[in-house]
Amino acid sequence: MADFGAELDVFRTETRDWLEANCPASMRTPMTAEETPWGGARFKWANPDSKTWLDRMAEKGWTAPMWPKDYGGGGLTAAQARVLEQEMARIKARPPLFSFGIWMLGPVLLEYANEEQKKAHLPKIVRGEIRWCQGYSEPGAGSDLAGLQTRCEDKGDHFLINGQKVWTSYADQADWIFCLVRTDTTKKHEGISFVLFDMTTPGVDARPIKLISGESPFCETFFTDVKVPKAQMVGKLNGGWDIAKRLLQFERQNISAGGFGGAAGLEIEEVALAHVGADNGKIADGDLRARITAHKMDAKAFSLTVRRVEAEAKSGKGLGPAASILKYAAATLNQHKHELMLEAMGSDGLGWDGEGFDRANIRETRAWLRSKGNSIEGGTSEINLNVVAKRVLGLMDHQ
Amino acid sequence: MAILNEEQTMLRDAAKGWVADKAPVTALRKLRDTGGWKTGYDPAAWKEMAEMGWTGVIVPEAYGGSEFGYRSLGLVLEETGRTLAASPLHATAAAAASALLLGGSDAQKETWLGRIAAGEITAALAVDEGPHHHPGSVALKAEKTATGYSLTGTKRFIPDAAEADLVVVAARVSGAPGDTAGIRLFLVTGGAAGLTATPLHAIDNRAHADLAFAATPAELLGETTGAGWDVLSATLDRATALLAAEMMGTATQAFEVILDYLKTRTQFGQLIGSFQALQHRAAKLFTELELTRSCVDAALDALDAGSKDAPALVSLAKAKANETLHLASIEMVQMHGGIGMTDAHDAGLYMKRARVAEALYGSSSYHRDRYAKLGGY
Repeated sequence: MADFGAELDVFRTETRDWLEANCPASMRTPMTAEETPWGGARFKWANPDSKTWLDRMAEKGWTAPMWPKDYGGGGLTAAQARVLEQEMARIKARPPLFSFGIWMLGPVLLEYANEEQKKAHLPKIVRGEIRWCQGYSEPGAGSDLAGLQTRCEDKGDHFLINGQKVWTSYADQADWIFCLVRTDTTKKHEGISFVLFDMTTPGVDARPIKLISGESPFCETFFTDVKVPKAQMVGKLNGGWDIAKRLLQFERQNISAGGFGGAAGLEIEEVALAHVGADNGKIADGDLRARITAHKMDAKAFSLTVRRVEAEAKSGKGLGPAASILKYAAATLNQHKHELMLEAMGSDGLGWDGEGFDRANIRETRAWLRSKGNSIEGGTSEINLNVVAKRVLGLMDHQ
Repeated sequence: MAILNEEQTMLRDAAKGWVADKAPVTALRKLRDTGGWKTGYDPAAWKEMAEMGWTGVIVPEAYGGSEFGYRSLGLVLEETGRTLAASPLHATAAAAASALLLGGSDAQKETWLGRIAAGEITAALAVDEGPHHHPGSVALKAEKTATGYSLTGTKRFIPDAAEADLVVVAARVSGAPGDTAGIRLFLVTGGAAGLTATPLHAIDNRAHADLAFAATPAELLGETTGAGWDVLSATLDRATALLAAEMMGTATQAFEVILDYLKTRTQFGQLIGSFQALQHRAAKLFTELELTRSCVDAALDALDAGSKDAPALVSLAKAKANETLHLASIEMVQMHGGIGMTDAHDAGLYMKRARVAEALYGSSSYHRDRYAKLGGY
């Protein structure tokens, strides 16, 4: 392969130089939640450097390094993309864009969309011009997603959509939605289609849901007589379920790779040393120290597994069996981390708001509450264990 | 990195085939039922292992080995771990060979590594003296004599030591137990004066022995005298990671036997593998196996690369291997129900070997503590 040796070294040098010249200084500091770069038509940039950084990276297609250049991507090989990642990590560069378009929609558009749809949507995703949300779950269709009821009727020159979605992440801030709809009521999986539409279309109403963490990252989203051009269906009529499942794989993969990391949090052993105290350099509470260590080791085992899965995928062996366990493992791990973090903080971690509590501690406490959703969103841990048992281990259904 | 090269794939496949054919679990049963725990292995099988080059996998080509490295030897041990194949392969070709490789003088390497690679001798590594792995606590005393050294003291529960032609012994030239600066490694030949080996009949039916040294003549490993602890630590890292590889094989096999049973056993008119309670337990065990495999691979890769992360990764690998094999061995009995409690079934053999392997070269709590210390907390 041409990726090895001299050519890759040249690419590394060029990339390093370019990043040095183009990554603004404030983009090399740990990212705060407020400065998360979601992009989109309505986005307010808390830090103008974030926008500059996004535009420069998007210009090179490096917000989606491995997508084809024809659609605005970077056209990099896997090895080059890895170099880019390493060089960004070297200067602690922030990711230029957080995007459901890049993580979830783009990969399925590349696989299932027609040329016109690819040309229409992929470049805007790369540039962070359109923020996407995901219309999947419904009040009556959570784990049993294929039971969804949002109706999509063929009205000759357009589709007409009526129904309700729930847990639509950031629907109130998104520009467009990729949505699963029912186009045949006589069948279950074979009656689902995959459509794209503009969230400003009349009849779309997104209402934020307040969570136990006090935040509202999710919405209930209502559709009342929403007219959608027929060209905005991806794939075949009633052929949406395969696309839906494929997209879920990308979603779970993405959740797993990030390990629910989100914005830079505190290191748990440092929190423990600060709040519990040290004894000869060790966390003074021996029992807590042992449990924190066990957690840290599990976290390391997880990141080594993510790396192994990536290496196996890049070697052309496809996603090995380890891939399918990642979402379940990531959720368990992240929840455990937050429980330990709360315990380590003691009463300093029991603050909700206001005076008397450190902001960083309050953020950790809110993150602890938010983490309870990790084993529910993107497929519950139980559903993921079902998937592993049936698809990977070949265990059977009840007869 | 994590991906095997062609040589490694061939080595693993050859090991898989040979183990299934020549060292199935029934071979361990036979050994157990004929008093084999005293020697711990079948000499004919051991000879074939050596002929396939397994004893020389980490030995440099200059001494007759293949120099394929730690990851490669791990692949072989994983296969022998699957069927609980009893042999002095780990003690000889992993533990003792690592000590010679890392600390031996040219003359010592010349004398011993070649014979190990050729399968002419077996060897053992004797470190622990009490019921728990704690290398810093070595108390066995080494005193200088006119011709070398003289060792006095005891070693506890040493794998494959009773019949070994060579024992690499950790001993103390100065200081009190806990003071690592006073520790050195020595070479003692099997049958040396004042050396008494007492074979132990342990639950795993492998050959473990207590050793007593009474003014036993010994030769210092290597020419340098200051690096004893460093050489011992590095040797233990290699022996530990390679034992974790063997345990990975044992746990994987236990899981596959469980899975097979879930797909064949019927109750309530259903295959028991269709019950969600058991499906989820199987999926969780599978998850642990995959996570553990990543750690074992990473530890062996780090040793081959000479990475400074190796000590932490080795402790990670052993702790995870301990926990996962522990879980697998318990589930192997439980998911089989009553049959899993019978001697006729293999589950008991796996559980007994699991506990021995968990204790050797450090329990989970030992390695968690070490991991935390290396991480600075």
